[in-house]
Amino acid sequence: MYAYDQLDRALINERVDEFRDQVKRRLSGELTEDEFKMLRLQNGVYLQLHAYMFRVAIPYGTLSSRQLRRLAHVARRYDRGYGHFTTRQNIQFNWIKLAELPDALADLAEVGIHAMQTSGNNTRNVTSDQWAGVAPGEVEDPRIWSELLRQYTTLHPEFSFLPRKFKFAITASAHDRAAIKIHDIGLRLHKNAEGETGFEVLVGGGLGRTPFIAKTIKSFVHGHDLLSYVEAILRVYNQYGRRDNIYKARMKILVHELGIEKFAQEVEEEWQQMRGNSLTLDDGIIEEIRSRFTYPAYEKLPHMPDELKKAAHDAHFERWRKNSVALHKVQGYAIVTLSLKPVGGPPGDATADQMDAIADLADKYSFGEIRVGHEQNLALPHVARRDLPALWKALDKLGLATPNVNLVSDIIACPGLDYCSLANARSIPIAQELTRRFANHDIASLIGRLHINISGCINACGHHHVGHIGILGVEKNGEEFYQITIGGRADENAELGNLIGPAVPYAEVADVVEDIVEAYLALRVRPDELFVETVKRLGVEPFRERVYATR
Amino acid sequence: MTSPLEQKKIRIAGPSVVTANRTWDGLVIYRTARGEWSATLSEAAIVRTSEEARALLAESVADDLGAVGAYIAPVEIKESGRIKPGNLREHIRFRGVTIELPVPA
Ligand code: HEM
Ligand code: SF4
Repeated sequence: MYAYDQLDRALINERVDEFRDQVKRRLSGELTEDEFKMLRLQNGVYLQLHAYMFRVAIPYGTLSSRQLRRLAHVARRYDRGYGHFTTRQNIQFNWIKLAELPDALADLAEVGIHAMQTSGNNTRNVTSDQWAGVAPGEVEDPRIWSELLRQYTTLHPEFSFLPRKFKFAITASAHDRAAIKIHDIGLRLHKNAEGETGFEVLVGGGLGRTPFIAKTIKSFVHGHDLLSYVEAILRVYNQYGRRDNIYKARMKILVHELGIEKFAQEVEEEWQQMRGNSLTLDDGIIEEIRSRFTYPAYEKLPHMPDELKKAAHDAHFERWRKNSVALHKVQGYAIVTLSLKPVGGPPGDATADQMDAIADLADKYSFGEIRVGHEQNLALPHVARRDLPALWKALDKLGLATPNVNLVSDIIACPGLDYCSLANARSIPIAQELTRRFANHDIASLIGRLHINISGCINACGHHHVGHIGILGVEKNGEEFYQITIGGRADENAELGNLIGPAVPYAEVADVVEDIVEAYLALRVRPDELFVETVKRLGVEPFRERVYATR
Repeated sequence: MTSPLEQKKIRIAGPSVVTANRTWDGLVIYRTARGEWSATLSEAAIVRTSEEARALLAESVADDLGAVGAYIAPVEIKESGRIKPGNLREHIRFRGVTIELPVPA
């Protein structure tokens, strides 16, 4: 866990008081909506179709049980008893009243939670691997660096009014669970030949109307130089980034228009001037942050405790364990993913009761810690393997043990037209129908890893471009249609998917996905050739044929 | 907010209403003929010409304290006289989400 210091707490409380005053002035007519809009957006408050929406940051996806209980409280007291976990390690509440928002913010502030960096043209919530600090083989805990960046960017005057929003993601594992290649700046921790920690720096990734996969501009930036290098990038962006056209304002467009070499050169020149200045991180500062991340006092435990051997006879338990339990860096422990994708449910939603129960389970089995991943699932990062059977029973009762992690029904979906004022089409009912179609676990595991991502419009909040199967809602003459892409992926081999053909109507989407999956099963050369690998080998043509031959 | 310039350009293709979200809680509301707001679509003032639409919108936008983001939305008027939202988006705003909420109301 990370322990916030006095300064953080003072800052968060100041923000609550400030916002309370702003809301009061808005409700008394002293502030117009035009004046107020900027202020509410700086506090994570959007206006949606039915109500205000409130987005709260969960920096690098780490939550304490106390914090999760407080999120449950906000859901229950100020909202309709649930929240939506997003692809950027935030949680959204969909029904908050403006008049009550200051109280909700104040309740969250008591546990160190806030809504800074969740909206507006600034640097957004720095995201990371939800397995940070516990994944085997990790270079080091990427949250130390995420936290350094968070502190440095929060309310940084130069980065609070950027041409457009700006997103960082950091990973320290060979397998990228943080989707760093679709962020404005992606950082991959690794060590140089001297054994020093540093970063491969990637820039210009992003989805939305004009998607790009990030490219590497420097293969090693020493940890000491992280902030000065990042500042050099942001300065180049601030200087050249287009403020005249919202569609061209993201850094990915600048990188594309200047070209990666020219961009890298500009950054290098800027950096050479700044290098060694006050932004250089000395070991003392790094150690100071490192010391505030505390790890549990792990026990010495066997990998195969009796409890686990006994439970292995229960087919249901085994199915879940094989699907949702991952290796931990410490022997005898495991990382457990909690699927927020029950069959027929809206992806990423958790009720207040579930949140409270998860907090209790975290206290009992995971040293009071919970993680939030970009796939809209939660995780308990420090579970003793001997506790897995008991934990599974408890999760199953709560509807949180659907054994579909990374399978076809583990769908990422944005709120779409059911909630979002920018949407063209609905996302959630499409996801729900797909989870019903693929509810049979045997079939789902036969299919293997397959990520379906759904967005209700081109803003791509549901990451459709990088879904193995991507579904994008569009509108045609007032009807909901969906464009389908295949072959995208968001990991270390990130790629954008390719369109398979004309958009299909709402009622046909699930059939089309079934056709694509059937085609894959027929075309794959081995059972362990993943869907994306088959698409890579064969291209979209055979899938296109299969889908459109009968349509 | 719709600027006066944009308002001039407004053309409607059929019967329409002005809708917005109530400022203090975000509730979906409709402008009534009495210059107030109502959460009930059947109480909305119906406009049938672009001129009427522009006038109703201008009046609605002027109530910056009461409502946020006023705009003109199409409606369908049934033979019975019942007013229905004119598209799926407005249907969802009026009727609510098309899915079961995680916690039943
Ligand atoms: C419901 C209210 C929401 C609104 C109004 C909204 C709005 C937007 C807009 C306008 C963009 C495009 C920005 C750009 O390209 O510059 C965007 C991007 C994005 N949103 Fe949302 N969003 C919402 C909800 C969500 C949710 C629920 C998620 C997660 C499930 C999410 C995750 C993202 C992500 C990951 C991107 C990045 C795409 C990129 O890299 O360009 N958003 N959002
Ligand atoms: S992708 Fe579009 S519809 Fe979905 S949440 Fe983002 S802005 Fe709304």
